[in-house]
Amino acid sequence: MHNKTLIELSKSLHNREFSSVELTQHFLDRIRQYDQTLNSFITVTEEIALAQAKAADKKLASGKAGPLTGIPLAQKDIFCTKGVRTSCASLMLDNFISPYDATVVEKINDAGMVMLGKTNMDEFAMGSSNETSYYGAVKNPWNTDHVPGGSSGGSAAAVAARLTPVATGTDTGGSIRQPAALCGITGIKPTYGTVSRYGMIAFASSLDQGGPMARSAEDAALMLNLMTGFDERDSTSIEREKEDYTRSLDNSLKGLKVGLPKEYFSEDLNADIAGVIEGAIKEIEKLGATIKEISLPNTRLSIPAYYVIAPAECSSNLSRMDGVRFGYRCKDPKDLYDLYARSRGEAFGDEVTRRILIGTYALSAGYYDAYYLKAQKIRRLISNDFKNVFNEVDVIIGPTSPTVAFRLGEKSKDNDPVSMYLADIYTISVNLAGLPGMSIPVGQVEGLPVGLQLIGNYFQEAKLLNVAHQFQQVTDWHQKSPEGF
Amino acid sequence: MEWETVIGLEIHAQLATKSKIFSGAATAYGAEPNTQACAVDLGLPGTLPVLNKEAVRMAVKFGLAIHAQIDEFSVFARKNYFYPDLPKGYQISQYEKPIVGPGYIDIEVEEAGPIRIGITRAHLEEDAGKSLHEDFHGMSGIDLNRAGTPLLEIVSEPDMRSASQAVAYMKKIHSLVRYLGICDGNMQEGSFRCDANVSVRLKGEEKLGTRTELKNLNSFRFIERAINYEVERQIDLLESGGEVIQETRLYDADKDETRPMRSKEEANDYRYFPDPDLLPVQVSRELVDEVRETLPELPDARKKRFMEEFNLSAYDAGLLTADRELADYFEIAVNTANGESKLTANWINVELNASLNRENKTLSESPVSAEQLGELILRIKDNTISGKIAKQVFASLWEGKGSSADEIIEKEGLKQMSDSGELEKLVNEVLQANPAQVEQYRAGKTKVLGFFVGQIMKQTGGKANPGQVNQLLKSKLDQ
Repeated sequence: MHNKTLIELSKSLHNREFSSVELTQHFLDRIRQYDQTLNSFITVTEEIALAQAKAADKKLASGKAGPLTGIPLAQKDIFCTKGVRTSCASLMLDNFISPYDATVVEKINDAGMVMLGKTNMDEFAMGSSNETSYYGAVKNPWNTDHVPGGSSGGSAAAVAARLTPVATGTDTGGSIRQPAALCGITGIKPTYGTVSRYGMIAFASSLDQGGPMARSAEDAALMLNLMTGFDERDSTSIEREKEDYTRSLDNSLKGLKVGLPKEYFSEDLNADIAGVIEGAIKEIEKLGATIKEISLPNTRLSIPAYYVIAPAECSSNLSRMDGVRFGYRCKDPKDLYDLYARSRGEAFGDEVTRRILIGTYALSAGYYDAYYLKAQKIRRLISNDFKNVFNEVDVIIGPTSPTVAFRLGEKSKDNDPVSMYLADIYTISVNLAGLPGMSIPVGQVEGLPVGLQLIGNYFQEAKLLNVAHQFQQVTDWHQKSPEGF
Repeated sequence: MEWETVIGLEIHAQLATKSKIFSGAATAYGAEPNTQACAVDLGLPGTLPVLNKEAVRMAVKFGLAIHAQIDEFSVFARKNYFYPDLPKGYQISQYEKPIVGPGYIDIEVEEAGPIRIGITRAHLEEDAGKSLHEDFHGMSGIDLNRAGTPLLEIVSEPDMRSASQAVAYMKKIHSLVRYLGICDGNMQEGSFRCDANVSVRLKGEEKLGTRTELKNLNSFRFIERAINYEVERQIDLLESGGEVIQETRLYDADKDETRPMRSKEEANDYRYFPDPDLLPVQVSRELVDEVRETLPELPDARKKRFMEEFNLSAYDAGLLTADRELADYFEIAVNTANGESKLTANWINVELNASLNRENKTLSESPVSAEQLGELILRIKDNTISGKIAKQVFASLWEGKGSSADEIIEKEGLKQMSDSGELEKLVNEVLQANPAQVEQYRAGKTKVLGFFVGQIMKQTGGKANPGQVNQLLKSKLDQ
């Protein structure tokens, strides 16, 4: 049951081969069996899941079911879920029961999908290894001594280990694509403004974007159909016609122009990974695409620009976590200052604290022009790089991550944040430009998955999914599952 | 040494939208604490602001009324600071690109005549909630009903030279926002409030002196008193060799003094930056034109028209047009009274005004409508009643004893006696009854005439036409 794709599950449910309750119970059992090892869930919502499954079975029996009705999924614990703890993997929100549903959650519930639980993540989505979670690190199912990537590490590990057919994620600097790559699954971050941010706890508002984490491009396309759409509650949501992301999955890649950014194949890239990526490129070439080297000259500026903009926005976004109205409050505050200082000091982890401090500094009087404004200018340069390149090519491909999944503690133990930040060198530019990007599994190095990143022009998600799907028709990397789960 | 005072005002006008500036919650005043605050106003994780278009229209309206540039492109910014009644830890405001650019208004002050006051900018922002320190032992309560209420912050140039000019400017803006229907102007409820930047310099000096910012000025009287106190304090300080410190000072109305709140060194670094949750506001030419169509006749224009059309003095026209409702009231009354403008103006400015003040009522609460007053004035004009009886009729209308002046005159039998036969009879009776006074009059003590008039009025209950009585008496006595 747990190896079926969404289309297969949908068929089985509609044909009544098994019920949604049976399917849901199966995944709940798997979570119970394997998640002690993986720690991919913060909260398992068994009762809600079974109730939703029952309701889905009724819909299925009455013939009123949609294509995804009754199929279980996991929500990243950054999406507000009514009546359920929404922690963002922080002590700060450990006691926060959201009184409302995020738009994404609402859409998924309306489609009749079943929520298994809330997945683990880096605290407030700040991290690339899932080690900053208040609820402990998530293990990579391919090798439990290694990280799953982050920040959507729980979702990636759960999908990879078949603890859920699909999960939601969010991506601010690579948080869907990098863990997807490190766990050998398919993840897509759509164009900024495509998926509503309402109810998605903000890290960096101008960069955050939700998206699906799935086992194949086709599954991701189905989920994207559900998750996208204009939302009047999010002013940055884009008002445009609803599209069917599965419509061009079967298109041929003949004549497709693919660009390889030379900056993504520099000495930073692990040689074994480079080899795997080159193999994948050859496959795509065989499918009829023409390959061309391109240049994104400002790539190296993306990390410094990102680590000014994202912390600046987060320093302000996280100000509402003040111990006054909800969330963690320190014991016996002496006065107002003490209430603020201790509540925040005690509840935020090191990485969150670091970024709040960096952001506060970057926005301070006298530094604003030198940091924030300059970073915004670089952001414009990076967008222009892509704009120029998309005059010549249809999609850009390259590695998602410079390395495969690293060992737990490898980059976090020496308190060397910069080495961690470099893990997102290939993904961050895409967020700064607001473009769609995805990662698909294309091989392995020493038993650990390697991800290929596909980047498209604005609103070209269907094109990316088309390339990914065609690749997945002639390869089976996306069907491989880690041993022991 | 001769000193010159320099004042600039920052006025906060609460916009009269039905819902908040970034959420759908209601803005009505006086509800139970925290009953008018939704998830967005509470700053719950994941919530996002969505701009209320009506607030934008109102800001544009104000901009047009002060002859300002309306920027096609304006930006919301976050002003970051921590306070318990500020739910998000930042206030959404406008910083570098306000919606309304430079404009001006003209004020008139007795000592200096008309003065043009520059308005630097006006921008949209959200209000904070309220901290309640009194009712909770050892704790503070937070009421977030007000959080997210739209404000228009109107920043003037330092163009005012005295407290009375500052008050005149504030009154003018107050009148303007009420004319435009964008603010109820209620100062007690905090819908209209201001901070004043005050400095002094030696007369002739071009450089501005160090200023202090006065907070908490929520009545015209307090503004005047606070500024005067502060000017005196600064001058005393400078003349005794001291120095003014740039700081924020709070006005204490009970003690009538200002005292320091925080100095420049302690001032917050608000770390303004463009709010990434909100797109820049684009005000199209079409919207500006559309709003322009809805602009009412503004106070200055109306005053001018009242002077021309109704032949009123500048003083009367100014009083009547300072408030849009009052001006509307006047126009209805004067039209009902067949254009009897001076009498109507007097009745409104004196009798009506006094009655409203006595009972602490606003014009909209007046028991006497503009039509009723107009009809009353008609009856004065056509001699049905005297001015004195009219006051009695007005009082009865005020108390709701009748629905029109005519009804009350009829019911209470107040119609003026103009039947000369009947009056003549009365005059004869009074003269006969008071021979001593008749003697006095005829001996040259003509003042006694008043005595006779009084007697007749007494007997007629004031209904006799005084002119006619006078005439009749004189003709009899002078025989």
